[in-house]
Amino acid sequence: MQSFTVHTGIVAALPRDNVDTDQIIPKQFLKRIERTGYGDVLFFDWRYDRDGKPEPGFPLNAPQYSDATILLAGKNFGCGSSREHAVWALRDYGFRAIIAPSFADIFANNCVKNGVLTVVLPPAEIAQLLSRDAAGLNRLKIDLEQCQVSWNGGFQARFEIDPFSRTCLLEGLDEIGATLKREAEIAKYERRRRNAPAQISN
Amino acid sequence: MIARTLFDKIWDRHVVCKGPEGSSILYIDLHLVHEVTSPQAFEGLRQAKRKVRRPDLTFATLDHNIPTTGNRMVLEDALARTQVEALRKNCREFGVPLFDLDAPEQGIVHVIGPELGLTQPEMTIVCGDSHTSTHGAFGALAFGIGTSEVEHVLATQCLVQKKPKSMLVRFTGAAGSGVTAKDMILALIAQIGIDGATGHVIEYAGEAIRALSMEARMTVCNMSIEGGARTGMIAPDQTTFAYLKGRRFAPQGEAWERAMKQWATLKSDPGAKFDATVDINAAQIAPFVTWGTNPGMAAPVTGEVPDPDGGANDSERSSIARALEYMGLNPHTRIEDIAVDRVFIGSCTNARLEDIRSAARVVKGYKISRSVQGMIVPGSQQVKRAAEKEGLHRIFTEAGFEWRESGCSMCLGMNADRLKPGERCASTSNRNFEGRQGAGGRTHLVSPAMAAAAAVAGRFVDVRNWHYKD
Repeated sequence: MQSFTVHTGIVAALPRDNVDTDQIIPKQFLKRIERTGYGDVLFFDWRYDRDGKPEPGFPLNAPQYSDATILLAGKNFGCGSSREHAVWALRDYGFRAIIAPSFADIFANNCVKNGVLTVVLPPAEIAQLLSRDAAGLNRLKIDLEQCQVSWNGGFQARFEIDPFSRTCLLEGLDEIGATLKREAEIAKYERRRRNAPAQISN
Repeated sequence: MIARTLFDKIWDRHVVCKGPEGSSILYIDLHLVHEVTSPQAFEGLRQAKRKVRRPDLTFATLDHNIPTTGNRMVLEDALARTQVEALRKNCREFGVPLFDLDAPEQGIVHVIGPELGLTQPEMTIVCGDSHTSTHGAFGALAFGIGTSEVEHVLATQCLVQKKPKSMLVRFTGAAGSGVTAKDMILALIAQIGIDGATGHVIEYAGEAIRALSMEARMTVCNMSIEGGARTGMIAPDQTTFAYLKGRRFAPQGEAWERAMKQWATLKSDPGAKFDATVDINAAQIAPFVTWGTNPGMAAPVTGEVPDPDGGANDSERSSIARALEYMGLNPHTRIEDIAVDRVFIGSCTNARLEDIRSAARVVKGYKISRSVQGMIVPGSQQVKRAAEKEGLHRIFTEAGFEWRESGCSMCLGMNADRLKPGERCASTSNRNFEGRQGAGGRTHLVSPAMAAAAAVAGRFVDVRNWHYKD
């Protein structure tokens, strides 16, 4: 997994609440068996018109956002389906971090597994970022070691993140490898639970 | 001893050891797998030269992208075929049992787990699907995971988790006649909002929950995720045991007696502390119909479409306005004045035998409206056979419905079952997101009885006033 320490980039604002994973990536793109190649279909139904041309009104199609790597979103971003394809699409498009007032649980979890940082900021600071965006100030630095979002003294905010997610991101941890190292404890647990009442009787 | 919740008890019993930085390594008793969220996980195992640790605790089926008509062993959609064949190959290679398209057990993953007795109280259950919360109806800790975690469970039979918070939802009073589990959960989501339970595991309690059948409890737990919850659960009782007894993978004989004794202790202790508590009076719930583009945008059938001007703040006003524009609805339209083009009765929320029976009872003796195309998609082959044995399929086909094979179908429209742009559908599924049932399609979530009544009337009607012809 790609690690995340410090990232500086352009912020694209999509200030809509409750953006669900069906909007992030519609179902017709879930039929592939690969983990990459989803960037072009990110926000498909919002981003393109019926003829497949970019929808001029959709924020991500605005020229100032063409190299965006940070998404500024509304509350409860990523609600709905558990499809990790939603994170793969954001990552493949180029997003390294998403800033929002809140995230849906499974989506946030999926982000960590793919080296995408989710930053929760209170609504007041989100509003500040939105007004900076309206004024054409759309660059930010996100420092995961310091847990800080900032830009040249013009903006500064601290954020909280669960310590384990932070370590996974900072180190680009192979979580499966780490759990496999606990084999002795897992095997011991299985022996202890052999007579548990809930059993699949084959 | 500290009073513990049902969730605490199941959690504690599954902690293998402390994980890094406040996390726990949690053991998983049952892993359900389907074709859409698993191929990348199996491929990850292959690349890292890892095995499936417990293929005996892993079960796979095909449900999401498969057709519900014709010879299902021949898939015309090349992409769907690739995914189906990938699952077959992965199951063969890694030794995972698969309920294939020609198997009598095939069906929606959350319908077959319970009906085969795989789903049991006290278990931890995961699946790469957000509606895994369905299994919580048995007093299990069951939650949806992404593909990376699917790979983690395949390789280790464990997950590294931070313990979520707990929420008690008490349904007091008795639900009225014609008011179903679907209406109860839609009413709850309308009350708390679609992120009202984010970060929490819900325990549903109260007399209205106790009065529900197992299948109805599954409907409630199924939609926990639509309120943002990590999952939902209900303490097991005699209803649970009566449902499970004798099912294929459930404990048998002496093991069954022992299991029942243990499961009977699975409930929240008196005085156990929850991080949040919500009360809702079931007696005041009417049949619900969603009018917008998320499951919290719902109103009683006796109500009307809201006015964006009534929103609490700018964000809510713009959300309502946006939803109404997408749905092609005007503020203050009476719910009963909304006409539908399509009716879909199916999905992991509402495609079990009782759902099919309740729709059939409404439809019996009627024809569906000429302007409506109706579709019944049983949740599993077992449900389909049982319904056919009762002759329910004939009630539907004589009324003008299509009677299909089992699968997820138009709940998410990954197969050919989709709405056309602008089509309006009364659906017993769980999500009314933009484009969910087909690009430009307009979804209204309702109970099976309400969907059946809408098919006959051609518009939404209050099923509490239905004239049954049985």
